[in-house]
Amino acid sequence: MGKVIVVTSGKGGVGKTTSTAALGAALAQNGERVVVVDFDVGLRNLDLVMGAERRVVYDLVNVIQGEAKLTQALIRDKRLENLFLLPASQTRDKDNLTTEGVDRVITELKRVFDWVICDSPAGIERGATLAMRHADMAVVVTNPEVSSVRDSDRIIGLLDSKTLKAERGERMEKHLMLTRYDSVRAERGDMLKVDDVLEILSIPLVGIIPESSDVLRASNMGAPVTLADARCAPAMAYFEAARRLRGEQLPITIPGDKRGIFGKIFGRKAA
Amino acid sequence: MTKVLTDARSIRIKGRSFLALVLSPDLPLDDWLVRLDDLASRSAGFFLDRPVVLDVTGLVIDKIQLKDLFEQLAERNVRIMGIEGARPSMLGPGMPPAMKGGKPAADVEVKQREAVSEDAETESEAPAPADLQQGRPAAQSLVINEPVRSGQSIIFPEGDVTIVGSVASGAEVIAGGSIHVYGALRGRAMAGSIGNSASRIFCRKLEAELVAIDGIYKMIEDMSPALVGQPVQLWLDGDSIMASTII
Ligand SMILES: Nc1ncnc2c1ncn2[C@@H]1O[C@H](COP(=O)(O)OP(=O)(O)OP(=O)(O)O)[C@@H](O)[C@H]1O
Ligand SMILES: [Mg+2]
Repeated sequence: MGKVIVVTSGKGGVGKTTSTAALGAALAQNGERVVVVDFDVGLRNLDLVMGAERRVVYDLVNVIQGEAKLTQALIRDKRLENLFLLPASQTRDKDNLTTEGVDRVITELKRVFDWVICDSPAGIERGATLAMRHADMAVVVTNPEVSSVRDSDRIIGLLDSKTLKAERGERMEKHLMLTRYDSVRAERGDMLKVDDVLEILSIPLVGIIPESSDVLRASNMGAPVTLADARCAPAMAYFEAARRLRGEQLPITIPGDKRGIFGKIFGRKAA
Repeated sequence: MTKVLTDARSIRIKGRSFLALVLSPDLPLDDWLVRLDDLASRSAGFFLDRPVVLDVTGLVIDKIQLKDLFEQLAERNVRIMGIEGARPSMLGPGMPPAMKGGKPAADVEVKQREAVSEDAETESEAPAPADLQQGRPAAQSLVINEPVRSGQSIIFPEGDVTIVGSVASGAEVIAGGSIHVYGALRGRAMAGSIGNSASRIFCRKLEAELVAIDGIYKMIEDMSPALVGQPVQLWLDGDSIMASTII
């Protein structure tokens, strides 16, 4: 049985779609079978970041409504044969996502793939709760600023109450992905410090992704940043985060930290 | 701010709640005592070693009759630890103290005695644990072992709330008693919410959006900047919220 990850945030535009694509590709580059699922019905984006927009024929809503088979809707990545995309509908209303329909699709995907990564829409409404419903673990994408942190806190509360895991009385594994981290602004004190964010959210850190023009360049190319340029700083940070999601223990580096190699913080974790 | 007792052997006084049996006699008392004897004969030792409270609410008897009732009960080995619903004039020296504030618990069922036994000791133990366990009143304190997240609210009118973690901005805790936060208090905390002015709020780091005790509110802007970010306790003095740092 595959593992289901939800990439979520509460606040919009913090880097969920970017992270879904980058993590999905990073896991697939390691040889695992991965599907990334776009839950952002009406505002789909993941197909663009994956460079698959012209190949979308059927989507999640079509599968749920029984208008297409799952195999017809899945799009295989051009570069990685074990990476797939299940796109969202751009035209349909998000009310077409039924709980039973999503249950059925996720159950089917888990049987075939090692990782099912769900890109959540922003907000705390139905779309977001449906995206998190089946998750075994959550990647909470947060920018180092007050409103993003507070929204993430809110989402963590929902992860602990509105998911199947919570309903069964189990604990959801939650990981903090700090994105768009700008070392210069952090230095100036214009952004929340890593420790402050960890103290407020008190979930373990899975990665810190630097603010970088490489991200925009990759998405313009239609490629996850980990595929576009595997050696750039954000790609390397995503590769490490993917290894941590697989359970590896790796020290976390704060990007641009003056202390360089010695600035690595071992076992950085929150309670 | 804090008084330190130099004598290490200080007296410890604790509160504890026990489940007591409540006897509510009715008139005429002679008939009631006959029924009590009947009960006792079917369940020997039922009242032995049990706290028993006598509820005389609404019972029209005078001081002499009440005293007589105590003696009758004592003869039957029923020892009364307190009396509920009596006018102060009815009580006096040699009588149990008045009690009030009792909370109802499930009725205790008296088990039929199966066989005659000489050993009242063991007999009295038999029905006690199971029956009384079920009648135990709800716990008066709530412990939350994780942070209270933005958008969540913890509401516990029954008593104290302890959070082992932080209370996030946009979260709230409402307690009938005191609130203890072993972490940062960034959201809202309302103690003594059902009218308990003796309730307090304690936190390891005060960054609260709002605090209230017994309906009296204070926002963070109203507090001394010296307290913000500090371990603080808050209490009520008349109509104003007082605060001081705690170590
Ligand atoms: N590390 C980064 N450095 C620079 N730009 C970034 C980074 N991460 C994301 N971005 C940019 O931020 C914007 C929003 O990113 P993205 O679409 O991934 O966010 P989202 O959380 O999915 O948004 P939405 O809530 O609208 O779905 C995009 O333009 C993206 O290129
Ligand atoms: Mg998105």
